[in-house]
Amino acid sequence: MAERATFGDLLHSRGVSRRAFLKFCSTTASLMALPAGTATAMAEALSAARRPSVIWLSFQECTGCTEALTRSHAPTLESLLFNFISLDYHHTLQAASGDAAEHAREEAQHANSGEYLVLVDGSIPLLEYCSTVAGISNKAMLVAACEHAAAVINIGTCAAYGGIPVAKPNPTKAVAVGDIIKDKPIINVPGCPPMPLAITGVIAQYLTLGKLPQLDHLGRPVAFFGENIHDRCYRRPFYDRGQFAETFDDEGARKGWCLYKLGCKAPVAYNACAHIKWNNGVSFPIQSGHGCIGCSEPGFWDMGGVYQSVATGKFGDGAKLGAAATAGAALGAGAAILARRRKAALHGEDSAEH
Amino acid sequence: MSLLDFARGPAIHASLIILVAGILLRLVGVLALTRGADLSRPRDAFGNFKGYRTVFSRFWPSSEFTTATIYQTAMAYVFHLAALLVVVGIVPHIEFITSLTGFSWPGLPNWLGVAMGTLALGSLIALIIRRLSHPAVYNSTVGDYITWAIVALPLVTGLMAFAHVGPRYETMLALHILSAALLFAYMPFSKLMHAFWFIFSRAQSGLAYAHKGVRI
Repeated sequence: MAERATFGDLLHSRGVSRRAFLKFCSTTASLMALPAGTATAMAEALSAARRPSVIWLSFQECTGCTEALTRSHAPTLESLLFNFISLDYHHTLQAASGDAAEHAREEAQHANSGEYLVLVDGSIPLLEYCSTVAGISNKAMLVAACEHAAAVINIGTCAAYGGIPVAKPNPTKAVAVGDIIKDKPIINVPGCPPMPLAITGVIAQYLTLGKLPQLDHLGRPVAFFGENIHDRCYRRPFYDRGQFAETFDDEGARKGWCLYKLGCKAPVAYNACAHIKWNNGVSFPIQSGHGCIGCSEPGFWDMGGVYQSVATGKFGDGAKLGAAATAGAALGAGAAILARRRKAALHGEDSAEH
Repeated sequence: MSLLDFARGPAIHASLIILVAGILLRLVGVLALTRGADLSRPRDAFGNFKGYRTVFSRFWPSSEFTTATIYQTAMAYVFHLAALLVVVGIVPHIEFITSLTGFSWPGLPNWLGVAMGTLALGSLIALIIRRLSHPAVYNSTVGDYITWAIVALPLVTGLMAFAHVGPRYETMLALHILSAALLFAYMPFSKLMHAFWFIFSRAQSGLAYAHKGVRI
């Protein structure tokens, strides 16, 4: 595709109808809670939008985020939008390698200074030797790439909050992008992996309105992460009735009852899984019979066991409670003995006086 | 560490240690202070039996006092029974107790749990209203009001967490656990120890009266 081609040109070349495109714009606009008239404006702006330069940095990650986006489902407008961006640098997807790849990144930074987007997946190890690309540490590459960026979009929980690399004992001393980059707008699109529509939704809004979406206190777009999965879950009525699956193969599990007791983290997880769903709206983890693991939340890997319910306390072993009971009883007995001795001594004094 | 992690981990753990150590400290500390033997001849041959019977006979005031005490007695019963059902009947509570003890049992449907929580809170409010409107009867101290607030907080935060009122659910859940932790840590050193003392104090009163031949 030519560098100056618009998104409209791309859609036309792929045979996407105007109706399908407007449908996409309406869906995206409503999902992002934009005003009703925005869909048309979004369609016009998107059609005319030039390819934005994007540098995608992959650090301590598993490539699951890229996989989720590129292999989400049959070719859709979301994936076309992803194809549309000028992905000037992406370890996994770029054809170039070695010096040519690094040169492409530097050239993109220089040519689009102040305008390009940096998309990051993966956390950054503060022990810099733990992860390097072309001999450059992740931290140095992130700082250099963000220096003249318009904004940073963290794709996945690892980039947003550290994710699995940050889990105890965090051997690489991994941190999130926001722990290093402080002077750029940062949008977190967490998830393990994040929902493709959340990624493209943020990019679409940036392309059409030229501004970033409204974010929650954890830097996530409210449109996708503003609602509790438990509140949106189709199994919620079973929770309200007190009908729970006790194991993964009991009657409750077969009847599709609530997975709360099997460790579902939906009550403390905020994401769009329950209403947008995955694979073109086919299903999501809870629908396929497994509890939510709360992957869009900071520190989700250390939130307690995957199969421990959210109401479970973290006590370690009961030894401390046993020791406390013994100590309490010993202190009580000691206090009583002291008091009796004091009383006996007082009586002794009384009898001596008489 | 998030607020919820703190509440579910160190806070509730420390409060349980204080609860267990505190209850045993007070129980052993007081019970080991045995009274000296009463050398007088008992006027009732069944004194011991009647003393222990008092533990049960005082579950309801004597009929002479019905008019004066029916309101607070009924409200106290509603509160205690509803609070007990909430503590041991709601599924998240059972999950918590199971994680601590390994024991588990079927939970109440949520609608019943919410009804019990609301009843418990309502009766608690009814009791404080009486206390406030009859200062001469109760002769309340600041500690009484603090105790009331510490008992009411877990009910308020629990109902709010369930209804998703106020802050986000995980914050409300953390506040609920922290309020329970406060209750646990406060319990052994306050009037809330009546949960244990009522048995011993009733038995002691019964024994003393029976020894003197007083019919109770």
